[in-house]
Amino acid sequence: MNAISRRWFLEQCRVGLGAVAAQSLLAAPDPLAPKAPHFAPKAKNIIFLFMAGAPSHLELFDDKPMLRKFDGTLPPPELLKGYRSAFINPNSRLLGPKFEFKKYGQSGAELTPLLPHLATVVDDIAIVKGMVTDAFNHAPGQVLMNTGAMQFGRPSMGSWVTYGLGSESRNLPAFVVFSSGKKGPSGGSSCWGSGFLPTVYQGVEFRSAGDPVLYLSNPEGIDTQIQRESLDSIRRLNEMHQTATGDPEIATRINSFEMAFRMQSSAPELMDITKESKETLELYGAKPGKPSFANNCLLARRLVERGVRFVQLYHEAWDQHSALVKDITTNCKDTDQAAAALIKDLKRTGLLDSTLVIWGGEFGRTPMLQGGQDGRDHHPNAFTMWMAGGGIKPGITLGESDDLGFNVVKDKVHVHDLHATMLHLLGFDHTKLTYKFQGRPFRLTDVHGQVVKQLLA
Amino acid sequence: MEMLRPKLRAAAVAIPLLVLVGLSAQNKPDYAREIRPIFENSCYGCHGEKVQSGGLRLDQKQSAIPKLTAIQERISGTGSKARMPLGGAPLSAAQINLVKAWIDSGADWPDTPLTGIAPKKKHWAFVPPVRPAAPIVKDARWARNPIDRFVLAKLEAEALNPSPEAPKATLLRRLSLDLTGLPPTPEEVDAFLKDNSPRAYEKQVDRLLASPHYGEKWARQWLDGARYADSDGYEKDKPRLVWAYRDYVINAFNKNLPYNQFVTEQIAGDLLPNATQDQKVATGFLRNSMINEEGGVDPEQFRMEAMFDRMDAVGKNILGVTIQCSQCHTHKYDPIQHEDYYRLFAFLNNSDEGSMAVYTPAEQAKIADIRRRLKSLEKPVSEDTADPRWTVVRPEVDDISTGGQRYLPQPDGSLLAQGYAPTKHNVKLTIKTPLKSVGSIRLELLTDPNLPLGGPGRSIKGTGALSEIKVEAAPMNDAAAKPAEIKIAKATADINLPETPLEPMFADKSNKKRTTGPIEFAVDGVEETAWGIDAGPGRRNQPREAVFNLATPITNEEGSVIIVYLKQNAGGWNSDDNQNNNLGRIRLSFAAEPNLQARAPKPTTPEIEALWKEYPEGSSQLVLHERATPRETHLLTRGDFLQPAKVVTPGVPAFLNPLPQTETLNRLALAKWLVARDAPTPARSYVNRIWQAYFGIGIVETAEDLGTQSSPASHPELLDWLAVEFMDRNWDVKAIHRLIVTSATYRQLSNVTPELEARDPYNRLLARGPRFRVESEIVRDIALAASGLLDGKIGGPSVNPPSPAFLYLPPTSYGPKVWNESKGSERYRRALYTFRFRSVPYPMLQAFDSPTGDSSCVRRARSNTPLQALTTLNEPLFLEAAKALAAKTQAEGGADDTHRLNFMYKRVLSREPSKPEATELLAVAGKHGWTVVARVLLNLDETITKE
Repeated sequence: MNAISRRWFLEQCRVGLGAVAAQSLLAAPDPLAPKAPHFAPKAKNIIFLFMAGAPSHLELFDDKPMLRKFDGTLPPPELLKGYRSAFINPNSRLLGPKFEFKKYGQSGAELTPLLPHLATVVDDIAIVKGMVTDAFNHAPGQVLMNTGAMQFGRPSMGSWVTYGLGSESRNLPAFVVFSSGKKGPSGGSSCWGSGFLPTVYQGVEFRSAGDPVLYLSNPEGIDTQIQRESLDSIRRLNEMHQTATGDPEIATRINSFEMAFRMQSSAPELMDITKESKETLELYGAKPGKPSFANNCLLARRLVERGVRFVQLYHEAWDQHSALVKDITTNCKDTDQAAAALIKDLKRTGLLDSTLVIWGGEFGRTPMLQGGQDGRDHHPNAFTMWMAGGGIKPGITLGESDDLGFNVVKDKVHVHDLHATMLHLLGFDHTKLTYKFQGRPFRLTDVHGQVVKQLLA
Repeated sequence: MEMLRPKLRAAAVAIPLLVLVGLSAQNKPDYAREIRPIFENSCYGCHGEKVQSGGLRLDQKQSAIPKLTAIQERISGTGSKARMPLGGAPLSAAQINLVKAWIDSGADWPDTPLTGIAPKKKHWAFVPPVRPAAPIVKDARWARNPIDRFVLAKLEAEALNPSPEAPKATLLRRLSLDLTGLPPTPEEVDAFLKDNSPRAYEKQVDRLLASPHYGEKWARQWLDGARYADSDGYEKDKPRLVWAYRDYVINAFNKNLPYNQFVTEQIAGDLLPNATQDQKVATGFLRNSMINEEGGVDPEQFRMEAMFDRMDAVGKNILGVTIQCSQCHTHKYDPIQHEDYYRLFAFLNNSDEGSMAVYTPAEQAKIADIRRRLKSLEKPVSEDTADPRWTVVRPEVDDISTGGQRYLPQPDGSLLAQGYAPTKHNVKLTIKTPLKSVGSIRLELLTDPNLPLGGPGRSIKGTGALSEIKVEAAPMNDAAAKPAEIKIAKATADINLPETPLEPMFADKSNKKRTTGPIEFAVDGVEETAWGIDAGPGRRNQPREAVFNLATPITNEEGSVIIVYLKQNAGGWNSDDNQNNNLGRIRLSFAAEPNLQARAPKPTTPEIEALWKEYPEGSSQLVLHERATPRETHLLTRGDFLQPAKVVTPGVPAFLNPLPQTETLNRLALAKWLVARDAPTPARSYVNRIWQAYFGIGIVETAEDLGTQSSPASHPELLDWLAVEFMDRNWDVKAIHRLIVTSATYRQLSNVTPELEARDPYNRLLARGPRFRVESEIVRDIALAASGLLDGKIGGPSVNPPSPAFLYLPPTSYGPKVWNESKGSERYRRALYTFRFRSVPYPMLQAFDSPTGDSSCVRRARSNTPLQALTTLNEPLFLEAAKALAAKTQAEGGADDTHRLNFMYKRVLSREPSKPEATELLAVAGKHGWTVVARVLLNLDETITKE
C-alpha cells in the first residue's frame, strides 16, 4: 500500500471509528474485551513452541550414561509391566543416547551438542525433565497437551487463556497459530479449537507467506479506496437499519467490519519483517519471504509486541522412528537458533518478563530401539520441556528420570500440572477458570493439576 | 452472545444475602457448612434418603428436629443406649462439641439448604410430561394457538405487551429462512403480498413445508448433533463415504418420518425386520465417530473412544441428558450412576464397525434384475466342504514388518488387519509347526464385517493385492540353523484375472508399470505385479484363496519353523489417504501333500460376464453390524478400557422410564426405550431443539442437558405442552413446525425497543419476534440464492467449492489431502453439501461457527467476528456471487438504476430500499458500478440475519 492511500484510509478510518464508538454504547459487550485474572499475573502473553511429533529427550536434554552402558541389552522386565507402546515390541533392546552431553552456563545444565544456541541462554530457562503424559499416539497426545483431554472437543489452552483474559489487540486476533516443518500437526485444527467455548476464542491460523490471514486481501478488482468506500456504505446502511430495528447486535457487526479493515493493514504490517534490523534477522536466522520456523519465531515476538495474547508455533518434524541421528540433527538446525533468539530478543526488549515461552512436544521417545539401529518409538512416561520468562525461575533443571530415561523418579510434572502452572503465571487459579457446559463447570485441568511451585521465580 | 448473563448476575448478588442471614452470631455453628457434613459422613448411611433406621432421617429437618436431644446423647455415648454411629467410627470430640454447640444455640436449620442436595423431589425433566392446560390470558384474541397462551400469560405476568405482527415481506423471508434455509424469490414475495385471502400465510407455510429444501434445512441441525463429517478425524483424517447417511436424514425430514421411527432407525435400523437399505444406512448415525488410523494405535482403544463418543451423541442428541461424566464415575449431580452408563453402553457394544454398498433406487431395481437373470444362467455350485488335509496355523507376526498395521488374531486362526494402513509393507509371519512335512501352503483371504464393504481387503473397495509371497524354513529345534528359502513350484487360485494396470488411486509416483493379474504374479519375483482380486462390483467382496506348492516339501522330524512373507506393495504413494491395497483378513494352512490346488474358479460364460459388467458401482456407507457372539461389557474404572471391573448387562437407569418388554436386550430394545411414550426427556429434548432454531435460545437454554444442572426453562409448561402434543400427534415433526410458525408469538415484529433491551436482552420472554444471524450454511446459501448461482440439486456426494489449496497441504495439513475444486454448478451447491474434513474445516463455514464434527453439538455458538467480515467481503465465492448478482441485475433489472436497485434489493432482502438507502447505493452504483453495489448488499447485517 502506498503512503498516500495509507494516509487516506487512516483519515477515513478515524471518521468511521468515531461513528462506531458512538454506536458501540448500544452494543452487546465485546467477548474479547480485556479482563482481569484472579490475582496479579506474572505473564501476560504466551508463546508456545510446539515441537510436534515428539522430540527425543534422550538425545537433547536427558543424558543417560547407564542407558549408554546397557546399549544393546534388553530392558529389565519389571520396567515393562503394563507398558503399552505404539509400534515396537516393548521387549526391544535399549539404545544409548546418540550424543555426548556437556554442561553449560552458570547453572551447569546438561545439553546435547545439537542445541548450541540454546546453550547460550540456558541460564534464562527452566528445563523440566520430569514431564509425563497419558497418550502415546500423536493426535491424542497433541490434543491432550493442548486441551487437557485426549478426547477431541475440549477447548484448547489458547482459547481458555483468551476466554479468561480477553484480547489487548484491536487489530489482530488474540490467539494466533503458525505452522512450519514437514507437516501440519497430527491433531489438526482441534489443537487450537475452542471446543465448547464460544468460537471467538479459537486460534486463528496465520501463514508466513502470502496472505497471513485467509481472505485478508481485497479480491481482484477491489482496491483500497473501493474497499473503504464500500465499508462506509455498509456501515451507513447498517446504521440506518439499526435505527429501524433497534438491535444492538448490528453495532457489533459494524465493529467487526471495521476491525476487519484494520486487520487488512495491520496484519501485512505485522508480517513485514523487512522492517526488522539486519542484526535481528540474523539473530533469528529469519529470511524475509522464505517461510520458516525462524520467521515464525520473529513473528511471534512481533505479535506479542502488538498485544496478541497467545501465539503457538507448530513445528511437526520430530517423529524419529528411524534416521534418528540425521533427522534430529536437521530439526535442531532448523529450530535451535530461532528459539534461542526469541529468548534473547524478548529479554533485550523487556518482553520476557511478561511473556511465558514454552518449548516441547506431546511426549518423549523410548529408551528402546526401533527399527535398524537408529530410531525410537513414542514414550509417554518421561520427557523434557523447557520454559522461560513470565515468572518462571530461570537457570534451573527440575525433575529426573530413572537411569534409563524410562520413568520419572523425581518431581514429576504431568501435562495437567503444566497447564495449572501456566494459568497460575497468568494470574488464574486453574480450579476457578471454568465454563459451564453440559451441566457442569469444565476447566482446562479438568479435575487434575497442581501448580509446580519449584518452577516459579 | 454467550458472555452476558444479567439475570445470573442478579442471582449472584442475591446469594451472599442469604449467607449473611445464616451467620447471625460468630460462635454459632453453621448447619450447612459445619453440621450437615458431619451427618452426611457418619449418619446418612442409615438415616438418610435411602434407609431410615428407627424412622429417623437426618437429612430432613422435620424428621430430625424432634429427636435432637436423643441424637446428641447417642453420638456422645452418654446415655444408656449404644453409641452411634453403630458399627462405625465414633465422632471426634470436636465434632461432638460442634453438634452440641449447634443444638445449644437453637439448632438453626435453614429450610432452604444453602449448598448441596435438597431433600429430593424428582427433577422435572425426569417425570414424563403431562399436558398442562393452556393458561387463561387477558388478551385471548391475540392468541392464535395454545403456544401463544403460554407465552402471553408470562408476558402479562411481567406486564409486557407482545409486539405487532411483522410486515408480510419480513415474515415471508423469516419463514422461508426458517423452513428451507433459503430466502424467498421476488416472485414468491410478490405473490404473497398480493394474496389477501385469510389463509394466505398458512398457504405459504404449506408450500414451504412441502419444499424439498425443508429437509435440507432441518437435516443440518440434526447432522450437528450426529457429528456428521466426511472424514475420519485424528491425524490421518482420511475421506470417508458417508453422504448416504446425510441424504437419509434429508429424506427422512422431507418424508416427515415420525421422530420415534427416525430415532429407532438410527439406533437399530439394521435390526428391524426386513431392514431396508435406508434403515441400515441410518445406523451411520452411530458410525459418525472418528476413526484413528495413525501409526501404532491400538484399535481397541479407539473403538472404545468411538463407543464413548456414541454414548455422548445419544445423550446430547436424543436423550437430552448429560451422561458423559458417568463414563468415569457416578455423576455428581444427575442421578445417573457409573454402572448405569456401562449398562447403556452394553446395548451398543455388540456391533462390528461395518460398511455396506449403497445404491440409488434405480440401481437397486437394476441389481434385482441382474440377479434374477444370473440365477437362470449360473449353475449352482456345491458348497465348500472343509478339506481335512489342511491344518490351519496361527502365525506370530513380526511387529517391525507390519509398517504399523495391526494384525489381530481371530478365533478361527485368521489375522485381521486393523489400525494404520501402510500403502507398502512386507509382513513376516512365523509359524512353529509340529508337522513333519509341509508340501503346500494355502492362503485364504476372508471377508469380515469390520473391513471396507466386508473385505476381504482393506482398500476402500474392500479389495487387496499380494505382490509377492516368499517362504523360508528351518528345523524346529536347531537354534543355529538359518532359515533357508523354499522355492514355490506352482501356484493356483480361485480367481485369476487378466493383467490390468493398477487404478489411479494406487499410483505411487514411481513411473513404473504396475499391474494386478493372476496368482502367478505373486510368485514371479516381480514387485510391480500382484495377484489381484478385484472382480468388479457385485463380485469383489467375497472370500478368495490361493495354494502354493513347494518345490521341495519342508520335512523335519521334530517339526519346522516356517516363515511366510506377504509383500503388499500395490498401494499408492500417500499413506495418509485412502491408497492402501492391503489384504484385510488372512488365514494360513499347511498340508503335507505337495500338489494340492485351490478350489476351482466359478464357471462362467460370456453372457454371465456381460451381465456382471452392468452391475452398478454404487457408493458405500459406514454402518453398524450386529455380532453373532455378544461382547462382554465391563464397568471401566475411571473410564479406562485397560481397567475393566465387573461385568455388566444391558439395562437402563432407574430414574428414567422402564425398559419396554422385549425378547432381546439389543440396540433395538434401546431404541424402543429411547422413544417410548413414557420416556420423560426425548420428546422434550427435540421440541426444545426445534424451538431453539426458531427463537435463538431453547425454552431450556442448555439444549444438550435437561438434567438437574440444566438452566431453568423460560416456559416450562409450554415445553411440556409441546412435548405431549408432539407425541400425541405420533411424533409428527412437521406438525410441530406448523404449530410454531403459525403462532402469533412467531409472527411478531422483531424490532428491539430500549425497554425490551433492558428488560429482556435475550428475548427469553418473547415480547418480540426472533432476530439473529443465520447459521454458517445459510450465510452462504443466501448469497448463492440471491445471485441466482445456486444449484438446488438435493443430495449426492459432497462437493468441493473453492478453498485455499495450501490448507490441504503440509505444513498446514498433516498429510496431503485431495481438494479438487468442483467445476460448473457443483461449486454452487448448498453449503450443506460442502465436503467436511474434520482436521481442516472449510474456512467459510468455520468462520461462521460450524462445528467440526469432532463431537456431538446440539447448540452452536453464534459469534460476530472480523474474520466473518473478511470472509463475506473477500472470499472468492462471495465475490462470484456479487458479480453474478450484478450481471443478473443489469440483464433483468429493468430500464433504469432505480429499478435495478429495487430488483437487487428484492433478491437479497425481499424488500425495496428506503429512500436514504437508495440514495446511498445509487451513488455507489454511479461511481463504482453494480458489482460493488451487490457486494455491499451481500455484506449487510440484514442480509445474513433472520428478522
